[in-house]
Amino acid sequence: MPAPIRLRELIRTIRTARTQAEEREMIQKECAAIRSSFREEDNTYRCRNVAKLLYMHMLGYPAHFGQLECLKLIASQKFTDKRIGYLGAMLLLDERQDVHLLMTNCIKNDLNHSTQYVQGLALCTLGCMGSSEMCRDLAGEVEKLLKTSNSYLRKKAALCAVHVIRKVPELMEMFLPATKNLLSEKNHGVLHTSVVLLTEMCERSPDMLSHFRKLVPQLVRILKNLIMSGYSPEHDVSGISDPFLQVRILRLLRILGRSDDDSSEAMNDILAQVATNTETSKNVGNAILYETVLTIMDIKSESGLRVLAINILGRFLLNNDKNIRYVALTSLLKTVQTDHNAVQRHRSTIVDCLKDLDVSIKRRAMELSFALVNGNNIRGMMKELLYFLDSCDPEFKADCASGVFLAAEKYAPSKRWHIDTIMRVLTTAGSYVRDDSVPNLIQLITNSVEMHAYTVQRLYKALLDDISQQPLVQVSSWCIGEYGDLLVSGQCEEEEPIQVTEDEVLDVLEGLLVSNLSTPVTRGYALTAIMKLSTRFSSVNRIKKVVSIYGSSIDVELQQRAVEYNALFKKYDHMRPALLERMPIMEKTATNGPTEIVQTNGETEPSVLDTKHPPPVTQPANQVRAGVIISKYAGLHLCNLYIGIPPMTAYNKNGLKIEFTFERANPNPNIAVITIHASNSTEADMTDFVFQAAVPKVSRHSLELILKCLIMKHSRFVQSKLCHSILKTLNLVESWVNMSECESRLT
Amino acid sequence: MQFMLLFSRQGKLRLQKWYVPLSDKEKKKITRELVQTVLARKPKMCSFLEWRDLKIVYKRYASLYFCCAIEDQDNELITLEIIHRYVELLDKYFGSVCELDIIFNFEKAYFILDEFLLGGEAQETSKKNVLKAIEQADLLQESEDEYLSVKIFK
Repeated sequence: MPAPIRLRELIRTIRTARTQAEEREMIQKECAAIRSSFREEDNTYRCRNVAKLLYMHMLGYPAHFGQLECLKLIASQKFTDKRIGYLGAMLLLDERQDVHLLMTNCIKNDLNHSTQYVQGLALCTLGCMGSSEMCRDLAGEVEKLLKTSNSYLRKKAALCAVHVIRKVPELMEMFLPATKNLLSEKNHGVLHTSVVLLTEMCERSPDMLSHFRKLVPQLVRILKNLIMSGYSPEHDVSGISDPFLQVRILRLLRILGRSDDDSSEAMNDILAQVATNTETSKNVGNAILYETVLTIMDIKSESGLRVLAINILGRFLLNNDKNIRYVALTSLLKTVQTDHNAVQRHRSTIVDCLKDLDVSIKRRAMELSFALVNGNNIRGMMKELLYFLDSCDPEFKADCASGVFLAAEKYAPSKRWHIDTIMRVLTTAGSYVRDDSVPNLIQLITNSVEMHAYTVQRLYKALLDDISQQPLVQVSSWCIGEYGDLLVSGQCEEEEPIQVTEDEVLDVLEGLLVSNLSTPVTRGYALTAIMKLSTRFSSVNRIKKVVSIYGSSIDVELQQRAVEYNALFKKYDHMRPALLERMPIMEKTATNGPTEIVQTNGETEPSVLDTKHPPPVTQPANQVRAGVIISKYAGLHLCNLYIGIPPMTAYNKNGLKIEFTFERANPNPNIAVITIHASNSTEADMTDFVFQAAVPKVSRHSLELILKCLIMKHSRFVQSKLCHSILKTLNLVESWVNMSECESRLT
Repeated sequence: MQFMLLFSRQGKLRLQKWYVPLSDKEKKKITRELVQTVLARKPKMCSFLEWRDLKIVYKRYASLYFCCAIEDQDNELITLEIIHRYVELLDKYFGSVCELDIIFNFEKAYFILDEFLLGGEAQETSKKNVLKAIEQADLLQESEDEYLSVKIFK
């Protein structure tokens, strides 16, 4: 049988293939040849065949049938075989295949081989892809090699130990003795890998961390020598001596000094020295400075040093190299909370980075800018940020818009400025604004009572220009529905009032209803707005007509609304003005935060009734927060054997009324049933009704509480759920409490 | 470092070194996506990007992209130096290295990498020492081959 073709020959051949199909054919042919060669157990050419297989594997073809052959190569006595065998193992095998465990014995033997290059291969493979089983079996050998005087092996053993520790953290202890004099090595390779090993150990174990703190002086000395010593050709990179080692030492110092005053103090001087003496013209020097800054910011450094660090970052921001700028922005973002004032000094440079061409830099600059906004710089910063919003890529717009809203809410110097800012965002990035911004904005507008006329006028004008951006359209239609009367009466104080008739307004709203650009949600807003205007405008007949048309709309949501509004005209006309009157001021609540326990009436065991409304489909409803005490009543009355407790109104505000009725359960009279009736008398939906109850400890023998909840709603579909979890978290109830999910009904 | 990939401007993989255990399928997927992402970058953009939960550091040397995935706490700038050091080693070994050298001698490229990095960290910071070790290993291989071929033909 002819000798299998050489590796380079195969590579050359495969590269001549002009199509994927041609290449595949060649590969298949060669694989077949290799397979039969493997079957013949040919020792001479196994190495060559596996090498070829590895090449084909890199091209993306399957090579699993070569796995066992790699093992045979590793077991061979030839160095050539071992070299390729170990390479094959690292490329084709991983800990998911059982086959890899067969390597363990070979590696063990090779770790004790007489040739250091063979030992090196074994260490490398183990340190690269050793599984936890292998690591367990071979940790002892690695530990032995960690103590050898052969620096070639010692440095590899150190990194191998790092891998072992990562895979089997419990084995960390066994390497401790060997670390004793690692740092007294002269060899940089060993020093570097030792520092990596020490870093790994300190990061994983607080005990190790305290144990190794005593090394700080030694590390400082080594670092000092690196900086002060003259030119060392072997380790020099652009005039800096062994930057890799310097960076690793700085990182270890960071971990050691982190929450320790003494250590931090001991490294203060050297950090200052590195920070001021390192050459910054090349990337290498900046890499060291970067690591130094990270260390300074993380340990308990004195303020002078921190300012030095921030200034270095400030200089980085002006560097021509965009990599340096990027790294500076990232670091500043990490430190902006703790060293806010220092970072503020570089605000203008950061804002300039918003105009950078690089996407990553822009994003960082944006995040940092938002972090730097405060009451003093809000006007200037907002100008820059709005300009950025205008011109940035779509991927940024949503985040930027949210950031602007948040910042405006926190620091708005005036209501008018706030509204103007919102308008600007809606008109420039209206389609990217997040869904939950709409109710937030509506709440904001409602609460800015004196700005209503101005707001509705501006929103109306915006609508005339552009009806494609849904959040803008939704907010605008809601406003027009609420404040349309101010619009037509031309009452605006802030700017020149526009002349607009009722018919023109209705034209615009009806236009939204028919436009292809409007989403179903928007149409809902528009229809309700038109309905509301029936109490504010005089052209009621026109509105009646519109409403009745949509009573047969295909869109179920729209149809339902129209039908109900029709009913309002026909049967409940006397209720219409009250139902459609102006929204009251909504209380500010946390929109996404967890429920807060509210203490009312000085009771010590409160419970909370909280209705949260992020409306996807409906009009924004009231946000209501109320503290209701049921514990007092529940405990007291129920302990009194709950006979004939009259129903009580626990809560009645903003259209939400909660009533409790008490009765004995049937058939078990030892069970008290508290029924909660909740009703919504506003015309808006209340969605996501969440009822949470905290109940005091009640005697296990006397009662079981069953809380049942019925939601009766004015007319619309409501979804609610009862929250069991609060009981567990409060851990107040000893007895078993069963809470059933309440039913939702469509009337 | 979690992995290093070398690929051409056409997206062909020339070297892959993985320091984390992943299935072949996952490796292929990551490679494909990352190659696409890096090749889409414009020349003026910075060498760092966030991808999934990793930091990617890449640099182009002639027709080859050198791409490393590092962890959150790793220093991006020094990783650029690591990449540069590896290129220097290849250059010294092959004498003015080009992509073809790496294609036809990929196993040597791996051997050099394995003398420079171990488990994702640098094991030797002296260029001279790495090259010396490779040289010695090559010599060992050659002398062994010579000895054995003499044996075979005897």
